[in-house]
Amino acid sequence: MSGIPHDHYEPNSNAEKWMHRRLPIVGLLYDTIKIPTPKNLNWMWIWGIVLMTCLVLQIVTGIVLVMHYTPDADLAFASVEHIMRNVNGGFMLRYLHQNGAMLFFAAVYIHIFRGLYYGSYKSPREVTWIIGMFIYLAMMATAFMGYVLPWGQMSFWGATVITGLFGAIPGIGEMLQTWLLGGPAVGNATLTRFFSLHYLLPFVILGLSILHIWAFHTTGNNNPTGVDVRRSSKEEAEKDTLPFWPYFVIKDLFALVVIFALFWALVGFMPQFLGHPDNYIEANPLVTPSHIVPEWYFLPFYAILRAFTSDVWVVMAVEWLSFGIIDAKFFGVLAMFGSIFVMALVPWLDTSNVRSGRYRPMFKWWFWLLVVDFFVLMWAGAMPAEGIYGTISLIGSAYWFGYFLVILPILGVIEKPLPQPATIEEDFKASLKKKSGGGKGPSPEPVPAE
Amino acid sequence: MFKKLAVSTITAAMLASSPDLAAGETGKIIDYDFSFEGPFGTYDRNQLQRGLQVYTEVCASCHGLDKVAFRTLSDPNGPELPDDQMRAYAEMYEIWDPELRDWRVAAGPDHFPESQFEGAPDLSLMAKSRVGFSGPYGLGINQLMNGMGGAEYVASFVNGFNGEEKFEAGSMFYYNEASASWVSMAPVLWEDGVEYADGTPATKEQQAKDVAAFLMWTAEPKMVERKQAGFVGVIFLSVLAALLYLTNKQLWAPIKRAAKEE
Repeated sequence: MSGIPHDHYEPNSNAEKWMHRRLPIVGLLYDTIKIPTPKNLNWMWIWGIVLMTCLVLQIVTGIVLVMHYTPDADLAFASVEHIMRNVNGGFMLRYLHQNGAMLFFAAVYIHIFRGLYYGSYKSPREVTWIIGMFIYLAMMATAFMGYVLPWGQMSFWGATVITGLFGAIPGIGEMLQTWLLGGPAVGNATLTRFFSLHYLLPFVILGLSILHIWAFHTTGNNNPTGVDVRRSSKEEAEKDTLPFWPYFVIKDLFALVVIFALFWALVGFMPQFLGHPDNYIEANPLVTPSHIVPEWYFLPFYAILRAFTSDVWVVMAVEWLSFGIIDAKFFGVLAMFGSIFVMALVPWLDTSNVRSGRYRPMFKWWFWLLVVDFFVLMWAGAMPAEGIYGTISLIGSAYWFGYFLVILPILGVIEKPLPQPATIEEDFKASLKKKSGGGKGPSPEPVPAE
Repeated sequence: MFKKLAVSTITAAMLASSPDLAAGETGKIIDYDFSFEGPFGTYDRNQLQRGLQVYTEVCASCHGLDKVAFRTLSDPNGPELPDDQMRAYAEMYEIWDPELRDWRVAAGPDHFPESQFEGAPDLSLMAKSRVGFSGPYGLGINQLMNGMGGAEYVASFVNGFNGEEKFEAGSMFYYNEASASWVSMAPVLWEDGVEYADGTPATKEQQAKDVAAFLMWTAEPKMVERKQAGFVGVIFLSVLAALLYLTNKQLWAPIKRAAKEE
């Protein structure tokens, strides 16, 4: 795989040869784990492993939780309390699963922004990027349905609000919403189907993750310089790369354990910090919480959903042009899904042929502004939908779309990139010199951008 | 769409009777000191027993604790009532047995009864369904310093009546400073309203703190075990991280040396 010349698996013993002729699975695993990996990967390349570990953690804790959980509107809330109180270690299982979802999202956001900064989405890795976006969508669906299962107030009202998004689709909306909920409102039928799908989707994510890994093993990893690994000979390739095992496995494991130490501290000492207290009140269809907020990882997109109210001129214009079919509510839904859609299209929206943001002096500023924008939207999404917060959400949403639809296409044309190193080997050496304080040696020969 | 959801006469009426749903944002929450705060904090057994007494003599006339089993009153890291006392305590309650189709005297495995009337919420998880601190600007950063503040909220609430009352739509409402709203619950704590078995002076504030601590335990009975698991896990992972750091350093050393020498 990966088109980078390297040693392949050779079956030695007779048993290995016997197996290899029938099912070359050992060879497949060997080539996967020994894939030549750019030497100069920095600490932002550890999040893939963290994400894979999160997926396994969620599946394992989830399977055990299911043994004790009851998917029934009358019993679900009590069964979660049963897990917290009576099941051996149940409180840890449940808190690990609950906070595990949050680590999962924190890691996926860093992973996505890593890709955006270093241009990992650019040719030839577009398919890896698109599959990643599908994983992200599946994660959101899984997390949303999982949040409904404890059947607290936020579970119930969150489900009501989010399925209401589908109800906003003109014409078929109401029908679609009823079909999703299994009835006219969130109820037992909703809980049981969400439970079933919450168990199914993680395995879809697992399958997609394998495709994701397969895709970037075919193209080879990106790296902080965005410069390709030399492929003309094995000797040259070996100067740019090291096998994934053991060099990157050990490095990633170290980072993973550091992150898990922090995660474990959160679970052990402050498991409620990122959750919502209202979810410890059992679901009650007759009492609407005064302030319905989704979990923090949905907040930026929730802010975009709420930003486009009927008094925004774009919304008014679209409503008038569409003869009222696209009203403010539906516009908000389109904007929310659109904000993820434009991110999925970024391989074709970014016109620059320099991959890494490191060598793009103007891009850097806009990128970091996007990161700030993400946090501002997250904060605005948690605030009540009134007054100044609406305006802030609107500005934040405008920048989100502006970044992908206007800034990236224009930047590629007007920006003058900095010189890039000729090879990964050069960058690796330069980074070592910088660290050891030398720094005075001959700087790597600058090569004009493509 | 949210307005449509939120605005209905039923909701408005229900919200009036449980106005503290959104509380913890504007009210006056006193940051009481509790023994269970911080990563090493544990429950104070005597305080939980006093809190149980306040619950039994004051709260229980309206509120239930239906997630809590009597037997857990004897669990380690809880009120730790001796077995015979726990059983004697359970026997004070009569519960409905669906198999007998009759009322019978409660025993250890049974749960506390539900709330006596509809307006009174169950208290099992009250301390976890409220937060005392959420600032600054709704970011919740002060929770890192002060904790979630659920127990502080409960203590501030039961001790937070300022004496104002009004009669509206056929019911009495009382102003509460902790939730900064009119509530249908009347002030229930009085100086020396209970007589503590251990001789602690039963000031209003003392009773408020004790019952808040007890309700924190009912909401999170495995808190001490959780912190222990957290502590063991963090130590284990830190040692593992140190070993992996050294392994990684040694593994990469020849690669880096070669790259520098060239």
